[in-house]
Amino acid sequence: MTIPTSSIEQVIPGQGSMAQPETGKPAKAKRQRFRFVSNKKAATGLVMLAVYVLLAIIGPWVAPYDPDARSNALIQPPSGDHWLGTTHLGQDVFSQLLIGTRSVMLVGFFAGTIATVLSVLIGVTAGYLGGKTDEGLSALSNVFLVIPALPLIIIITSTLQNAEDWLIALVIGLTSWSWNARVLRAQTLSLRRRDFVDASRATGEKTWRVIVFELMPNLTAVIASGFIGTVIFAVLSEITLAFIGVTSSSTWNWGTILFWAQGQQALAQEAWWWFIPAGLAIALLGTALSLINFGIDEFVSPRLRSAGKTKIKTIDGRTVRMRIGFTPVLSNSPEPHTHATPVLPAATPVVKKEVTS
Amino acid sequence: MKYLLQRIAFYLFTAWAAITLNFFIPRLVPGDPVQALIAKFQGQLSTQATQSLYVLFGLDKDKSVWQEYLDYWGQLFHGDLGLSFTFFPTPVSEIISDSLPWTLLLVGITTIISFFLGTGLGVLAGWRRGSWTDGLLPVTTFLSSVPYFWLGIIAIYLLTGPDSFFPSSGGFDNGLVPAFDQYFIPSAIRHSVLPALTILISSVSGWILSMRNMMVTVSSEDYITVAHAKGLSDRRVAMSYAARNALLPNVSGFALSLGFIVGGTLLVEIVFSYPGIGFQLFQALGAQDYPLMQGVFLIITISVLVANLIADVAYLLLDPRTRKEG
Repeated sequence: MTIPTSSIEQVIPGQGSMAQPETGKPAKAKRQRFRFVSNKKAATGLVMLAVYVLLAIIGPWVAPYDPDARSNALIQPPSGDHWLGTTHLGQDVFSQLLIGTRSVMLVGFFAGTIATVLSVLIGVTAGYLGGKTDEGLSALSNVFLVIPALPLIIIITSTLQNAEDWLIALVIGLTSWSWNARVLRAQTLSLRRRDFVDASRATGEKTWRVIVFELMPNLTAVIASGFIGTVIFAVLSEITLAFIGVTSSSTWNWGTILFWAQGQQALAQEAWWWFIPAGLAIALLGTALSLINFGIDEFVSPRLRSAGKTKIKTIDGRTVRMRIGFTPVLSNSPEPHTHATPVLPAATPVVKKEVTS
Repeated sequence: MKYLLQRIAFYLFTAWAAITLNFFIPRLVPGDPVQALIAKFQGQLSTQATQSLYVLFGLDKDKSVWQEYLDYWGQLFHGDLGLSFTFFPTPVSEIISDSLPWTLLLVGITTIISFFLGTGLGVLAGWRRGSWTDGLLPVTTFLSSVPYFWLGIIAIYLLTGPDSFFPSSGGFDNGLVPAFDQYFIPSAIRHSVLPALTILISSVSGWILSMRNMMVTVSSEDYITVAHAKGLSDRRVAMSYAARNALLPNVSGFALSLGFIVGGTLLVEIVFSYPGIGFQLFQALGAQDYPLMQGVFLIITISVLVANLIADVAYLLLDPRTRKEG
């Protein structure tokens, strides 16, 4: 069965943005490594992510209370004793949030790793080997792409009953690799006929060596952005599972907090401190990861960078808007636009007025 | 035509895979789940239900797996998805057919609005790069990272109340009977405004972003420069040249991301207790109502497949290259 590949080049909607295979030239020399960090978006995202990782590591030690410990302070608003207030059982919300970070990060990164490994195995193999292998593997990843992942994950986890974190990560990882596999396959297809690949084949390198040492370094950016995308998806899925109460209730994560808040009518009791911090934590983590992904995208295809100052005044006081890739046209120019005037190549914008007057 | 046939064959294959998956998932449960369920319901399950449970979990010793698989297909073709535990003895298919219209209307309409709105804003953001539209990006990034259900909770917290226009839960006022009359329809619309807005806000950003990136990529193509050089108006170049071509990947992206969107919208229904498929799934989860869960999963998958097929037809109409015969 042949699946038409006309739609390979799309950007993933819904989950941040992915690398764009048709513009992507991920090959970068090593000495330019730090240029990625100098990208403002990527740097912000990395710093935010570092804070989360730190909290995931030290969370259980710095948490002021045992998250399960009950006290007499029931549903108290934030105070000096309880920074983010307490729950219906007098548990400290701040401690729950801190301790929950570890579970969220673990599931996110573990699931991301599984999905990335699978997508590399399937996507790169399919793209490089071609033929019947490609058709089979592409059909497989398309099937997984079209079946709605979240309902599938919900069904499987609820069947497993009280699944632990690692099992949830496994389920998420095994069901969410298909998008990356598709992107990687497309990218490999465009790489496999390049001269350097042909050259290494001609010198008699084994297939696995060509894939690992010739192709993979050129796919780094695509793989990285796919990994980050999957981590976002995994984190949201885990929290969703905890929120609807199908996972083990013995471990804390942000979804568990929301589950109790929803179940105990936090809304009706105006207990905003119970559900707002957890949601913000999720949103900020997602934002951090998306920012890193934008950084990768802009690193790979510089066109996507936000343009800087674009309004320029000409000598006689007219305003011209400069845009990357465009030749600015003065709309209030007295000359009719239908004139066939020489237009310079797009990369070097020239104010048209100089030509016409 | 060949393209369409290929797609239909693919969707049939996917449907088969999903149904087979659905058949095997309950058989993965370790131990004897039926005994656990019987213990949980403490005698409330009838013998008939117990028997159907054994069949569902593949613990019926009299039959081979292959025979069970064939029976399962036979039942599906009769539209028989088993009996629900929670609403025993209502058949699952009846529960689903009651709740499906709610979901289809809510999710269908908001997804389409979100797609057009997001694509429109994306065209603007991609074309007018460097103007105020760049400010859309950080905002939408943040909004797309917010889980759908949390946004729903916040919306309920901020906008509903005893004297608010927006009801906080349900699909229509208590005391009304579902019918197409002047009492029921306004009530249903009023109840769906908040869930719809929640879905819209969190799903629109993905479209903005992907459309913006496609516009930026397309803007530097040679044919755009040529269009400018011909002296066409800026709007004409943006709409008929850049957006027309940037739209194609977004349409196929629309099809592929439907699975993600549907997953998220199910949760909005849960938060708002909206009487759709997602809320049924939630209730089924709470009661470990496996037949209902599986039926819901099956119906979601099939709906997504049908929507994909529609998107493919749209793609066919938009992209002349796929229409080529041969």
